[in-house]
Amino acid sequence: MKLARKDILGIRDLTVEEINLILDTAESFIEVSTREIKKVPTLRGVTVMNLFYEPSTRTRTSFEIAAKRLSADTINISTTTSSVVKGETFVDTAKNLEAMNPDIIVLRHSAAGAPHMLSRVVRQRVINAGDGAHEHPTQALLDMMTIREKKKRIAGLRVAIVGDIAHSRVARSNIYGLTKMGAKVAVAGPSTMMPRFVDRLGVEAHHCVNDAIRDADIIMMLRIQTERQDMSVFPSLREYANLFGLNRRRVALARQDVIIMHPGPMNRGVEISPDVADGPYSVILDQVTNGVAVRMALLYLLSGGN
Amino acid sequence: MNLLIKGGRVVDPSQGLDATMDILIENGKISKIGGDLSEGAAKGSKKAPAVLVLDARNLLVLPGLVDMHTHLREPGYEYKETIETGSEAALAGGFTSIACMPNTDPVNDNRSVTEFIIRQAAKCGLVNVYPVAAVSRCSAGKGLTEFGDLVEAGAVAFSDDGRPVMTAGLMRRALEYADSFGVPIISHCEDPTLSADGLMNEGLTSTELGLPGIPSISEEVMVARDVLIAAYTGAAVHIAHVSTAGSVELIREAKNRGVRVTAETAPHYFCLSEEALSEFDTRLKMNPPLRSVADVAAIKEGLRDGTLDAIATDHAPHSSIEKEVEFEYAANGIIGLETSLALSLRLVAEGVLTLSQLVEKMSVNPAKILRIGKGTLLPGVDADITLVDPEKTWTVDVKQFRSKSRNSPFGGWQLKGKVIRTIVGGVVKFSHGE
Repeated sequence: MKLARKDILGIRDLTVEEINLILDTAESFIEVSTREIKKVPTLRGVTVMNLFYEPSTRTRTSFEIAAKRLSADTINISTTTSSVVKGETFVDTAKNLEAMNPDIIVLRHSAAGAPHMLSRVVRQRVINAGDGAHEHPTQALLDMMTIREKKKRIAGLRVAIVGDIAHSRVARSNIYGLTKMGAKVAVAGPSTMMPRFVDRLGVEAHHCVNDAIRDADIIMMLRIQTERQDMSVFPSLREYANLFGLNRRRVALARQDVIIMHPGPMNRGVEISPDVADGPYSVILDQVTNGVAVRMALLYLLSGGN
Repeated sequence: MNLLIKGGRVVDPSQGLDATMDILIENGKISKIGGDLSEGAAKGSKKAPAVLVLDARNLLVLPGLVDMHTHLREPGYEYKETIETGSEAALAGGFTSIACMPNTDPVNDNRSVTEFIIRQAAKCGLVNVYPVAAVSRCSAGKGLTEFGDLVEAGAVAFSDDGRPVMTAGLMRRALEYADSFGVPIISHCEDPTLSADGLMNEGLTSTELGLPGIPSISEEVMVARDVLIAAYTGAAVHIAHVSTAGSVELIREAKNRGVRVTAETAPHYFCLSEEALSEFDTRLKMNPPLRSVADVAAIKEGLRDGTLDAIATDHAPHSSIEKEVEFEYAANGIIGLETSLALSLRLVAEGVLTLSQLVEKMSVNPAKILRIGKGTLLPGVDADITLVDPEKTWTVDVKQFRSKSRNSPFGGWQLKGKVIRTIVGGVVKFSHGE
């Protein structure tokens, strides 16, 4: 089976079959990263451009390693200035990159929808590496891969997503992906961090974190943006940690074999207590490992592999 | 040259007219209106009468359309629009009179800018241009501008459009003071502390897209405030670009109590809703934002029952540097002069409005609110007339627009109803296909 689409802009557009194809392909790539010579010639001659408008270490490095293990050429462009500042439009920037003829453009942008605009104006394939608070499809795919690896299934599992749901692209992509794959998703966070009508996305919404965590198979903690304190969204980190932070006492409400995930980077002691982050249920570093495999799979499938 | 418009369906709600009639125009004024006039009806008929006969059979003959909410961008942003290109766009859309908002650079907050606009418009000689001056100096929301001087210079209303008057105390004084000159305050109702960094309507679509939302209450709390101030002071207030069901309800209730409030909406608020934004198309970004399907229904009901007096365009030209950028950075606003009538005619086709009611909303009422003596075909007034072929279907092609800008979400739409001729002061200023 081939992936019959030009771009990966969001999980919301993907079908269950496409998600399974990506996850199956990713699993087959895990082995490459364990070889003595961690490289296959599959994407020789393919140029992957990593265009990052937002600071990122994890995601950018993960994409770069994924491309290199497949022998693709990579170019990394990291900038925090928008094209507007330079007096040109985003479309101008896109057209210039297109003219250099890369094969795949990986875009991270603080503005939601930027990958969609890019995909409309360039002929190259576009992978969304996170756009504003909209989607982070590769994160959700690596999360689903990790869940499948640990639980052997996704359908029927109870997943609690806790934190700033309104401003989280990780939450959105996981809500779209996990509900599509048949999991039961509960979200929890302060009412000021819950987007309007979130229940209509097919999730249970809770303002009490314990209600969301109870009997969960998976707890996914979101990074809290500490800047949001200034915007009267929550009064203090201390109160947030008390009411929504994940600690051992709360973990005990979940199922015995619960796994705990976090997209990173963690605020230790805020959304997650250090003992939980480093504890036996934590699969946080497995997520990172799987991230490389998922990104290899996407680069491979978008380049026409099957 | 005098004109005789023959055989058209004259729809002029200012005189309760909707019948096949002829209109004779002499010296730029409407001189006679009636059944079966001939060229000989002109006063100078004994000499060779220079009368141009316009065959208006199968056409609507309307009092020239009036847009009470346009942005012409001159002075300051001539790369987006000029008074000339905006006037050309107005003519193509059937408008004979337009009121232009003061958010230019410099802001129209003093006599010299108002006079400049009037002078430029006169130089173009296309449509009647009525400047709306700023409520506060630089529209900064601090002290009032010189209303008296500005009215004398030609300002027809005051508004800090785009920059809501946040201080209730200033709004109170503005309403009171403007009323003493007999001119309205046009209020852009928005509480920026509620809109915050919002980019679209706050609702299911914004939740799906992860875009910060602008809640409907951002508009409604200010409508409520302004209606209260108008009620208390007895002065008139006009609410600009109404977009939510809650605003419609507040205005309806205030009108029932006898508050002097009038209101406008714009075609995009009854033709489009928030779901359209799912592809992050910056052409759909505007403020107030496209709202929910329920809001669209309420806007239509508000137009139907008379709560909303006028349909304005909120024509807001922007160039590619403002629009071909990430959604978050894109400027708010769409152009509307050249599509407004055809979009609004959909309301007639849907049975929301009669044709007479539509003409009230697009000509009679805005002229009354601004007290500019337009919006009528009464003998003696300036012959500002719009001829429309109501059956002609056309596809919107933004490349054909006379506006300097292209930021319309209606490109490619198939619409029914085309302006055939626009006559200003008895002179044909626009003819379709020429």
